[in-house]
Amino acid sequence: MSQPLLSVEGLEVRFHTPKGIVEAVRGIGFEVGREKLGIVGESGSGKTMTGRSVLRLIRPPGEVRAKRMVFDGNDLEAIDEVAMREIRGRRIAMVMQDPKFSLNPVMKVGDQIAEAYLVHRKVGAEQARKRTLDMLAAVKIRDPARVYDLYPHEVSGGMGQRVMMAMMLIPEPDLLIADEPTSALDVTVSMQVLAILDDLVTQRGMGLMFISHDLNLVASFCDRVIIMYAGRIVETCKASELKQAKHPYTQGLLASLPRIDRPVGELSVLSRDPAWRDGPVVVDGKMVG
Amino acid sequence: MTQLRAWLTADTPVSRNHARAIQAYLSWRALASNPLTMIGLLIVVALVVFATLAPMLAPQSPVAQDLTQRFIAPGTQYLFGTDEFGRDILSRILYGARVTLYIVVLVAVTAAPVGLLVGTVSGYFGGWVDAALMRITDIFLAFPRLILALAFVSALGPGIENAVLAIALTAWPPYARIARAETLTIRTSDFIAAARLQGASGFRIVVGHVVPLCSSSLIVRVTLDMAGVILTAAGLGFLGLGAQPPLAEWGAMVSSGRRYLLDYWWVATIPGLAIFVVSLGFNLLGDGLRDVLDPKSS
Amino acid sequence: MIEVGNLEVSFGEGAAVIRAVRGISFEVAAGETFGLVGESGSGKSTVLRALSGLNPNWSGAMHVDGQALGKRRSKAFHKLVQMVFQDPYGSLHPRHTVDRVLAEPLAIHGMVDVDRRIETALVEVGLGPAFRFRYPHQLSGGQRQRVAIARALILEPKVLLLDEPTSSLDVSVQAEILNLLQRLKRERGLTFILVTHNLAVVAHMCDRLAVMNAGRIVEEMDVAELRRGEASEAYTRQLFNASLGYNRARARELITFE
Repeated sequence: MSQPLLSVEGLEVRFHTPKGIVEAVRGIGFEVGREKLGIVGESGSGKTMTGRSVLRLIRPPGEVRAKRMVFDGNDLEAIDEVAMREIRGRRIAMVMQDPKFSLNPVMKVGDQIAEAYLVHRKVGAEQARKRTLDMLAAVKIRDPARVYDLYPHEVSGGMGQRVMMAMMLIPEPDLLIADEPTSALDVTVSMQVLAILDDLVTQRGMGLMFISHDLNLVASFCDRVIIMYAGRIVETCKASELKQAKHPYTQGLLASLPRIDRPVGELSVLSRDPAWRDGPVVVDGKMVG
Repeated sequence: MTQLRAWLTADTPVSRNHARAIQAYLSWRALASNPLTMIGLLIVVALVVFATLAPMLAPQSPVAQDLTQRFIAPGTQYLFGTDEFGRDILSRILYGARVTLYIVVLVAVTAAPVGLLVGTVSGYFGGWVDAALMRITDIFLAFPRLILALAFVSALGPGIENAVLAIALTAWPPYARIARAETLTIRTSDFIAAARLQGASGFRIVVGHVVPLCSSSLIVRVTLDMAGVILTAAGLGFLGLGAQPPLAEWGAMVSSGRRYLLDYWWVATIPGLAIFVVSLGFNLLGDGLRDVLDPKSS
Repeated sequence: MIEVGNLEVSFGEGAAVIRAVRGISFEVAAGETFGLVGESGSGKSTVLRALSGLNPNWSGAMHVDGQALGKRRSKAFHKLVQMVFQDPYGSLHPRHTVDRVLAEPLAIHGMVDVDRRIETALVEVGLGPAFRFRYPHQLSGGQRQRVAIARALILEPKVLLLDEPTSSLDVSVQAEILNLLQRLKRERGLTFILVTHNLAVVAHMCDRLAVMNAGRIVEEMDVAELRRGEASEAYTRQLFNASLGYNRARARELITFE
């Protein structure tokens, strides 16, 4: 990997609750280049918080700390909110699981995408519209002019996610954080959405943080995979080598999946070892720490 | 004490009542963590205490006149001063709390259940039941509160009961609307479907499943509305349509004290302050309850 | 055990009518697990809701255990057929304890020996009596789904309708719930209809399956055929391929079926 786009060291996310401090992310470090990086984990593993903390989207009582968080030469720890706003959206964009909650219900989807463009570029309304139509076509929407005038409730789940993606991608960000972007979609639609993301990474050189709970999908789609457990990265490996994972947690997860091709009498059940919380981790097949 | 606390925060309740006690304790802790709510609660509790213990707390009779003691300023002899008939204002305020509490309780126990029942039944059953009940609600919603009160008073004669009747009749439709709106979202949920699949009757579902979920937002709404009810009652008293003299009622006290406002400020100001403090108390409590009870905010 | 003949379900009226299910027929033998597979909008959940009695706007013929089903269902029907829902967070009343959730069906059907039945049901789904007086918010997603299964089984039904019972759970929890369902089925000789979009879950759980698209059954097949990828319809093949994971070349060939 050449120059990493995003480099994170010692990231911690904690929440102050009436019952005490909850550590959602406990000192993790990773790098994202112009590649597809998968972040996998079960609910509560801290994967979503990791994605959000990069964009400073965690609100009090949440608290983010990092030893180092550098995006393309910008120290994300040091910059103020104004500079952050410039990066957010323009340079780093985020796609969430459910597009319906992220779109303004009383605004045409086309206008929302155009606005995302106008915020970051000094161009006329006409040009923004034209660019929006191009972008809708780029996310494989068949009739961009018709979809432009629809309201969010008039588009289907798959189309909504593509509209969302067009909105996030129109400022041409360098890094896209996609949090379960296909979980709410049908499997065939989800393949189409993934193909769009794939093109953007391979053809435009965008970096992608792909946050997901779906091991099979990440193994087949991403270049590298990070497996998170209890707020820590327990294993890092090439996606193609995920099936040969070394960490017992990753192995346990893979074994608990039902298989289409091979019948098993009973699915293997993950028994969680308390040692996984702080024990040794696996980096590219080697035990560390 | 520590034993009790451990029992109230146990992870594994051992009986139905234990589970309820834990829930109540946790809600109470959430409520108590907000100082403004506690101020509100304190005011409301004080209202109840003063109202119930008025005969014991009041230094004098609220109606005993003594024309030699007119317009004495607040001081050591009369804490809140005396009015134009030489009556002790403190005693009248304390007895006035009874009237206020009476109005508040009467409105709450009549309007809220009616609204809850109409709203949940209408929302759950839908169809013609919904159409009929909602049109009735619309009709009541269209009555202006004060005008209706005037009509009642002119038909039935002035008095608190008629004022309460008028307030209650115009208070329930908003509750029915709220309950219906909540029921519409609740009735499509899976736990209602599950109850139907067990063979539960419509009545059982409305009472056992829908009402408990609607009641918390209704309690919040009723509490917040109480300030308005008190003000309306005071307004009716002020107009001479509510409580009749010599009964001590805060609104009527403001009304009669108004004439002497420039020379003897306390006669109108002190009952006015009492109305203000109690309304504020209900509002603060209502806001705090909303934070704790409203499922949407948590 | 279950026969469905020419089932039609529509929503709305007049010009805006949506035919969610367009004349489907299938049979499920006693003790069998039958899968209904499809994407969203295929009508698979609608079939389940019509069968269970939640949606009365259907036409056609349905029989369970030899009895013809009408629009309104008797108490006896509910004792025979129960359902488990997709979302464990939505299928339990937020203000009811586990105890109340399990006691209610017993009260409705006038069953005695309430305490023993509740405790047995909790043990059977692997929760144990300690969970009896907890509220749903004190339970994890998997534990809630176990409560929902206990609620469905406490009436001792013969047929269990499963609507995506594990699709909102983590994979490790999914394995636990699927194992639990398999065990309960073996022990009690239950008949399952499992609605899901996940072909791997179907392959693991079912004996036979029907693939649905746009309100119709596209193909009925044996689970062995599914495992070998021997689908005769293009739609099923596409669904099968997409389930195998992302593949750049295949993603480009995807088409929309009507």
